[in-house]
Amino acid sequence: MKTLLKCHIGIGKKVQGEVLSANDNFSARYDLDRLKGIFSRPQHKLVGKSYVDKILVLNESKGGVASAWMLYEMCARKMAPKAILFNKANTILAQGASLANLTICDRFIDGDITSLLSSGQRVTVDPMNGLVSIL
Amino acid sequence: MELNKEEKAMASGELGEAVKWAINHQIKVGNFFDAKNFVSVSNVHMMIDPESVGIDGVLFLENLVGMGAKVKIPMITDPRGVDLNYYTPLGQTEEMANIERRTIKACTSMGILMTNTCVNYQTIMAPIFGEHVAYGDTGVVIYSNSVCGARSNYEGGPSALAAGLTGRTPRYGLHLEEKRIPTKKFLVKFKPEELTDWGLLGALIGKISGSYWEVPIIEGINHNPKSDELKHFGASMASYGSIPLFHMIGTTPEAKNYSSKFLNRLDDHIITLDDIISLKSQFGKKGDKIDVVVFAAPQLSIFEMQKVAELCIDKSFKVPVIICTSPQVYSDASRMKLIDQIEKTGAKVLQGTCFYNQYAREIGLANGWKRLMSNSAKIVNILGGYGYEPSLSSMENCIASAVAGEIV
Repeated sequence: MKTLLKCHIGIGKKVQGEVLSANDNFSARYDLDRLKGIFSRPQHKLVGKSYVDKILVLNESKGGVASAWMLYEMCARKMAPKAILFNKANTILAQGASLANLTICDRFIDGDITSLLSSGQRVTVDPMNGLVSIL
Repeated sequence: MELNKEEKAMASGELGEAVKWAINHQIKVGNFFDAKNFVSVSNVHMMIDPESVGIDGVLFLENLVGMGAKVKIPMITDPRGVDLNYYTPLGQTEEMANIERRTIKACTSMGILMTNTCVNYQTIMAPIFGEHVAYGDTGVVIYSNSVCGARSNYEGGPSALAAGLTGRTPRYGLHLEEKRIPTKKFLVKFKPEELTDWGLLGALIGKISGSYWEVPIIEGINHNPKSDELKHFGASMASYGSIPLFHMIGTTPEAKNYSSKFLNRLDDHIITLDDIISLKSQFGKKGDKIDVVVFAAPQLSIFEMQKVAELCIDKSFKVPVIICTSPQVYSDASRMKLIDQIEKTGAKVLQGTCFYNQYAREIGLANGWKRLMSNSAKIVNILGGYGYEPSLSSMENCIASAVAGEIV
């Protein structure tokens, strides 16, 4: 099994943490109870799980533009993931991560990142070099 | 990214700290998406509701104001989260209203026009074909790109603000012709009638497309859709699939650029009436009790307001009915006595807001609203995550259900 995964250059600082992964999509507005720090959308595969301080691994970003401000607000309250890894990010998540200085990466060349990483694994995310190391 | 002389001056702080923040934010985003340079934009639309912004976002805005931030080009806003003339009855708090007041003050200080609408293409000024703009609100972006032929990515609030301060945006995504080429083809085998049908059709195409980077092209719509129909269609597609652009053969301006030979290379996704009925069945059934009926998302046009007003004649409702429209339409609707006609029933028309960005979770809890009914496929998608059990039906059926207190 590969322990070093390559992706496009991302945004944010180098971080280390525990993976929370699902083959599902993401919107801060549609899917989260941001006060409690959990996924709240009943249909979401991570419903009920806390995303706070996790390395969140999901398929694509979805939905509306609100996530950009919301990521900043979540980070300011320290109720945010440490990083988000997507197969493909949309513009909003990248823009929000840029304002919040939240680590975000996407476009992994080794395949579907939601299959390559499992919940509970520990990883280091190095966005400036486009690398994710499985510890 | 390649920067010209002015952009280098912006990035180094020669044009002030606010502009320095703005262009460096844009450079980070541009690098993420491999933008080679910037493109000038003519105007900006920003989403900035208080629930999303929060107190920390307000402090960020006030800090920019303190740096002397002023927008360089016309810039307008998406709906507010608090109607400052009507928030206590909704269960919104003074704290929420104060975040709203401070947001408005900061925006106004920067020269932003508080238009508070997500239907600016119907009420303020529609962009023209080929015009590069920086728009927030997914419904605004998809309509402007698809129906008007303008060029915009989804610009979240921070990036829209940055575009207002610099007058430009990184040239990536839908500012590039190659990103506007269809990637998926849909063949529609039924005729959408109600706005809800259009919303459901948009939802299905959005769900199947499933990515910001997919561009659906739609065949089989053999009549000329109206603006409100494409408004619901696009807003729903954007909501369910994060789609910022579609082409519709015979309707949208760029669809004719693609030959049958090109389109034949794309797989057909066929959408039938059964698909629509199946999706709709996930949102409530006859006899289900309801707590509130909402018409919003997108804000109602003057034609929709007229229809609601007509449906309200001689009606009395068992559950609250809330309608959200833009300040521009509200003013006209008030002058034409449509607001009086609607509110005579006890229904409430809010101006410059949209229900789902009005602290939907909190007002639901404060009022005991869980089973929400709407004709908007977009709003029923969003509110599931806010603890609601939404149901979906036509405007006529929503009104009839509000009279009965249950889905009829």
